[in-house]
This record gives sequence, C-alpha cells and structure tokens, in this order.
Amino acid sequence: MAIKDYLRERFFPHMWCPGCGHGTVLNCMLRAIENLALEKNDIVMVSGIGCSARISGYVDFHTLHTIHGRALAFATGVKMSRPDLNLIVPMGDGDALAIGGNHFIHAARRNIDITAIIMNNRIYGMTGGQFSPLTGYGKLATTAPYTNIDHAFDTVSLAIAAGASFVARTTTYHARQMTDIIQKAIQHKGFSVVEVLTQCPTYFGRKNKEGSAAEMMENYKNITTPIGSKKSQENPELIERGIFVEKEMPEYCSEYKKIIQKAVKGK
Amino acid sequence: MEKCRIVMSGSGGQGVITASVILAEAAVIFEGLIAVQSQAYGPEARGGAARSDVIISDSEIHFPKVTQPNVLVCLTQTAYNKFFPIIRPGGLLLTDTRYVTTERKVDAKQIELPMYNQVMEKIGNPVVLNICMLGALISLRNIVKPESILKILEERLPANSIQMNRNALELGISLGENLK
Amino acid sequence: MKNQIKFVQGNEACVEAALYAGLDFFAGYPITPSTEIAEHMAVRLPQIGGRFLQMEDEIASLCAIIGASLTGNKVMTATSGPGFSLMQEALGYAIMTEIPCVIVNVQRGGPSTGLPTHASQGDINQARWGTHGDHAIIALTASNHQDLFDITVEAFNLAETYRTPVILMLDEITGHMRERLHIPKPGKIPIVSRLKTSVKQGVDYHPYLPREDGRLPMSDFGGIHRYNVTGLFHDMWGFPTDNPQIVHGLLRHLLDKIGNNVHLIAKYKEYYLEDATTILVSYGSSARSALHLVNNRRNRGERLGLLELQTLWPFPYGIVREKCANARHVLVVEMNMGQILREVKIAVEDPEKVFLANRIDGMFITPTDIRNILRLIQGKGV
Repeated sequence: MAIKDYLRERFFPHMWCPGCGHGTVLNCMLRAIENLALEKNDIVMVSGIGCSARISGYVDFHTLHTIHGRALAFATGVKMSRPDLNLIVPMGDGDALAIGGNHFIHAARRNIDITAIIMNNRIYGMTGGQFSPLTGYGKLATTAPYTNIDHAFDTVSLAIAAGASFVARTTTYHARQMTDIIQKAIQHKGFSVVEVLTQCPTYFGRKNKEGSAAEMMENYKNITTPIGSKKSQENPELIERGIFVEKEMPEYCSEYKKIIQKAVKGK
Repeated sequence: MEKCRIVMSGSGGQGVITASVILAEAAVIFEGLIAVQSQAYGPEARGGAARSDVIISDSEIHFPKVTQPNVLVCLTQTAYNKFFPIIRPGGLLLTDTRYVTTERKVDAKQIELPMYNQVMEKIGNPVVLNICMLGALISLRNIVKPESILKILEERLPANSIQMNRNALELGISLGENLK
Repeated sequence: MKNQIKFVQGNEACVEAALYAGLDFFAGYPITPSTEIAEHMAVRLPQIGGRFLQMEDEIASLCAIIGASLTGNKVMTATSGPGFSLMQEALGYAIMTEIPCVIVNVQRGGPSTGLPTHASQGDINQARWGTHGDHAIIALTASNHQDLFDITVEAFNLAETYRTPVILMLDEITGHMRERLHIPKPGKIPIVSRLKTSVKQGVDYHPYLPREDGRLPMSDFGGIHRYNVTGLFHDMWGFPTDNPQIVHGLLRHLLDKIGNNVHLIAKYKEYYLEDATTILVSYGSSARSALHLVNNRRNRGERLGLLELQTLWPFPYGIVREKCANARHVLVVEMNMGQILREVKIAVEDPEKVFLANRIDGMFITPTDIRNILRLIQGKGV
C-alpha cells in the first residue's frame, strides 16, 4: 500500500506550525506501518489532547481522539476487548507524563500490547508554550517566565522502571532510525515506549533561543549519540538514542486469556 | 409467623455476621420466608463491636433495620453493655457465660449459656462458636429448622469442615433443649 | 428453582443483573461501599469469557470501558462519591461521543471522603450536572433487590437504545443490605442489543448521522468501517468542526434524544395514590422507610400514599405533577438537603405544599423520622 493510502488527505494541509516535528513523526510512523504491511482495519489509534493528539485525525485507521492524558486508559479497554488489533497511542510529553503519568506507568506495569509514542517537544504547544514535565530545569516557558525550577523526567528511565518491555529513544533528525524503531515497537508483543525528540520552533524554540526548526533538528544530531557509543563514554552529557530495552515478558491480554480458562474450568 | 427482629452482636471475628447471614439465608432459600440482613460497616467490623440486624417474616419487609429486637444475642461484654437496653420487652436475650456478665436490668427472658466452654470442651475449636449459638437460638425460638441451616452450611463450607459445624449446631441445639 | 433464588447484597444483585443484561466488560477501582461489585465481577466475568479489569483509578476505569464499548461490548463500572467525582470528565466524553455504558454510583456521605460506610443520597444533583456543559443524562435507582435487578437491566437497555451513559444510583443501604433475589429465566426480561449498522464495506458510513427514528447504528471499532471518534463537536463522520450550525444541531440532538422521550424512559411505582391526601415522594433506600410508614398508617385509616421514583433523570415532571395534583401535602423523603425536593417543587402547581423529610447525619432515615415531620406538617405537633 502506498503511504498516501494511509492518510485522510481531505484534512490536509495539517494544523501543525511550519517546522513542527510532528509531521516527521507521522511520516516515519506510516512508513513503519507500510513496511509491516498492516491492514488499515487492524489498526486502532488512540490519542489524547494536544498538538500530538491531532495526529489521529490524519490517518485512515480506527481513530479515537479522547480526553487529556487518558489515551492509554481508553486504549487498554479497546485492546483488552480486541487483543487482535494493533493499538498505537501517540502522546505529547504533557499528555503522557503530566496529566497521564499515572496511566503511563500502569500500562507499562501491566505490559499490555500497546505502542506508546511520546512526542517530546518539551512544551505545551496547543495552549501556547507552558512548561511541561520534560521542559527541564533552567528553561523558559510562559508559565516559567523567570526560568523553570522543575526538573525533567527521563522518559526512558521512567518507562524502564515502570516495567515497559520495549523502550527506545530517537529524534526527528534521525528519521530512518525512527521508522526502524517504531516498526520494531509495533511488532513487539508487550508495552512499547518510543520517545521521539521533536522540535517546537514556535514555542520552545523561540522562548529558549534555539533557532529555526532546521537548527533545532541539527541540534538533535549534536546532542544525541547511539547507545553505548564511544562518544557517549567520552561525554556523558550526550543523550543516548536507540533501543534500551527489548525483552520478552508475559503480555497482559494473553495472561487474562489464561485467567478465563481457569475461571471457566473452576465454575 | 410473627415478624422476628434479631440483633446479633459480638466482636469482629466471632462470626456473628456470618451466623446472621446463614440464618436469614436459610429462612429465604429453604423455608420460603422473607428476610433482610444488614450490618454496621466500618473499622469496627474488623475487631470492634460487630452488629448485624436480621428481620425474618412471612410478609414483605421494607424498613430493614432493627430498632427494638425481640431476639438479642450478645457475645461480648462490650456488645452487651451497648445493646441490652434496646431489647423489646418480653424478648429473648442470649449471652455466653464466658464473655458476658449480665445484670437483670431488662424485661426480657435472659438466657445465659456456656456456649464457648462447651464448644472448647466438645469440639475444641472456637471458630464454630457462632454456629453453636445459631443452634441454641433456633432451639429456643423456632425461627428455622436445623436442616435448613445445615443445607446452607453444606453449600458454603469446604467439605472437610462440615462435620465440625454440624457438631457445633447440634451442640447448640442440645444446650437450648436442656433449658426447656 | 432453588438456584434462581439467592440471598445476596444489593451490590451482588446488580452484578447478576448486569450479566443477565449481557455485560461483557467491567473496569473499576475499589471504593467503599461499591467494592463488592468489583469483587463479584472479578469472579463472574471470566467464567463467561468476559473481561474484568482493575484499573489504576476511577478515571481510567471509565475510560477503559468506553474504549471496550466501542468495540461492541456491553460495559459497566462501579464506584462511590469520590470516584464518581473523578469520572465526570470521561462521563461527558461518553455523552458527547454517544458511547453506551453503565456507571454505578453506590452513594456514601459527602462531600469529600465523607462517610464511606454510611447512608446518603447526596449525589443526585451531581449525576445530573456533574460533568461540564449542557447535556442530558439518564439516572435510575431502586429500593429493593428485585427492582434493582430489573432497573439494572433497564439501565443497559436505555444505554443501548439512546446510545448514552446511564447512571445507576444505589446507596450504602441498598448496596450492602442482603435480601431475596429471584433471578428470572433468560428471556423473561427483554434485552436491547447493540444496534449495528447495516452499511456494507466500501459504502460511506456516517457514524454520527441519526436515522429517522433518532437512533444511531454503530460499527464496532476494529470492524469494516473506519471512522473518527472525538470529544470535540463533530460532523456526521465524527471529525471535529466548529461550524455553528453543526454544533447547534449536535447539542440539540444530545439533549432531545433524552428530553423528548421522558415518557418512554420514566419508571416509577405508586402505592395508594388514588385517595391519598398526603403523598410521600421518595426513591432508593429512603423509599423503603417511606413505604413502611405508608403501610403502617394505612392500617390505621390515614390517607397516605407513596410515589416511588425509579427514574431520577430525566426528571419526570409531568408524572409528579399529575400524581400530586390532588394531594394537600407532598413530603419528599430523601437523604440529602432536598435535591429531589427542588424538582418536585418545580413540578407541582403549588410548591408551598411540598415539604422535606430528610436525614443528613449518615443514619438511615426511619419511618419514625418521617412520621415526626408529617405530624409537624399536619399541625399535630411532634
């Protein structure tokens, strides 16, 4: 299937700002789905609220645009009742880790077969540039006019600690890697987390003098390095990207199937 | 039958609530009677004074709480001190001699039975005190037949504990019979 | 026969009724006094191949069942006041997206943590107005286990018929009390199944275009029609829009599908209303005490009657007006500060004749409590 066939073209041009990284995420995600040759009817995309959440409107899957932070809870209900479907949940950093933080760690803990893509632009874009739990100490935002004193989560460490069985990080600069990682994440049976560093030139970039979208992307090249690389050992300040965790663990829906067998037998 | 309003009280863990449910369930399932059971919930149900209200009747019961019981069972001193004044004049007040020292303050038929001591002597396991109490109660007041209670016990309990409960029920019945 | 008669708590009666109605999926979070519903669901649902999920909170519980409902399941969650407060946003989402679900609120005393193990009916207005924005809602209640069984089945039927969340308002008394329950044979109570679209694959399906009768056939998520579901105002395909005409049309549809069918939705019971000069209006567990008193006073020749409401929302104004037309006094019996009293006053022609008998101390209102108020109203002193 051509990539265009996955899109609802009538809704284009999309609503994201010029230079926004979310379009790249959409692109890479669709390429991953194309590589896997998934049927459109077998994919359910569930999203919450925010710029990132609007991604679900542009794709020709079963799409569920829900309320802020709760996408994973809705997705859990869909997946539990139809374990054969592929569940993809794109979320923003605020959506996933502030208001939705509790659902995120519990979905990871259950190891339910859902692919969570956290589009981390370090800001609340839809509401106009307030700091998020990933903005980071010392940065500026409309609600941190004197610099932010909140420390950021490390999404990867958080996901690993919560028990996710697939954890990876990439950036919009590394589009080929992103496609490859999302593809593996969808294939993985269990809860998979992909953090994508994606630029918001309009708010985060402008507030923090990070330059144009192109400059922000270039910066991703400079501040990241493959996991365990020589550069990483020399400079621990660099952000590692790649697949951190990929392990086999009992998946929630499969486990519940066993519960049903037990209950039916014991009746 | 006349409406039978029962309050069973004791401390959490003595099984008074279980006993009250078994009694009411036996009345409903095997004797075609109407019954409601309700209890005080909350932390007190896990160690403090437990209270369960049961009404058994042959006609509809709407208000489910018992304000003036004609049968009051108290298995601890605390429960007795708290509840003895609410008994309906002429009612039956059943207590256990080991746990409760009674004062003859109410117009009721006060029956004190050595249920705990007998259970320990004849069966050796305090867990069936509540079933012994049920046995005594149904022999003193014909609320339901012993077979009905036995059938509920058989439905609810694991096979290996049914005999012990049957013994406790019979023990209670004989304690009650001796008073007649 | 024997197996169809049970002696159970109201919470368990509610579970049995939900299964009878065809429940497939339950998600919940433990909270007194509703917890027994989750416990029984955990045992019973997997036995029939259904799914029970204990979620991380009440918000997630309601979200999960909405997701499950979209795939074609009949779904339920159960909670009490604090959890019901948490559910309000997702409740609005289910209203807006027209996804059938049943939410049980076994009421406790409030506000806040309040009185977890005591009787109250303080959430009646929250059920009506808890979620933001103009909306319509269906909320039902019952006073005994047999009625609760029927009303629970009705809750599922209404949820499917009107494609809307239905709230079942129990309380600590009806939830925890044990009494007889007769489980009807399958088929005895009619069950409304999900209305599914007959639109074939490849033909344009409009998930949000009501049929002429106002009903909205669904297509299961994961099925042959791919569409969008959103809590934003949306067009007939389910895509966001702020077109004023579409916005107005959707909101009217959401309000009218329930508001125009009150006569079909409203359920109530009446006792001795024909010649009653004083009418008690009550619902839920309070109606038990009211009925106790009515039976008692009737034996002594007093012309007392009871109108027991089983549908609280949409409020059956017409029925209340008609039934209370000839009464000298109307006494609303409830365990709150007059949440239904207000509606009854709106309903009747002469609001001055409507009084309140209530209790707000966590204690179950007794027939004596009601009797005392009645004497005051009738000018007989306490």
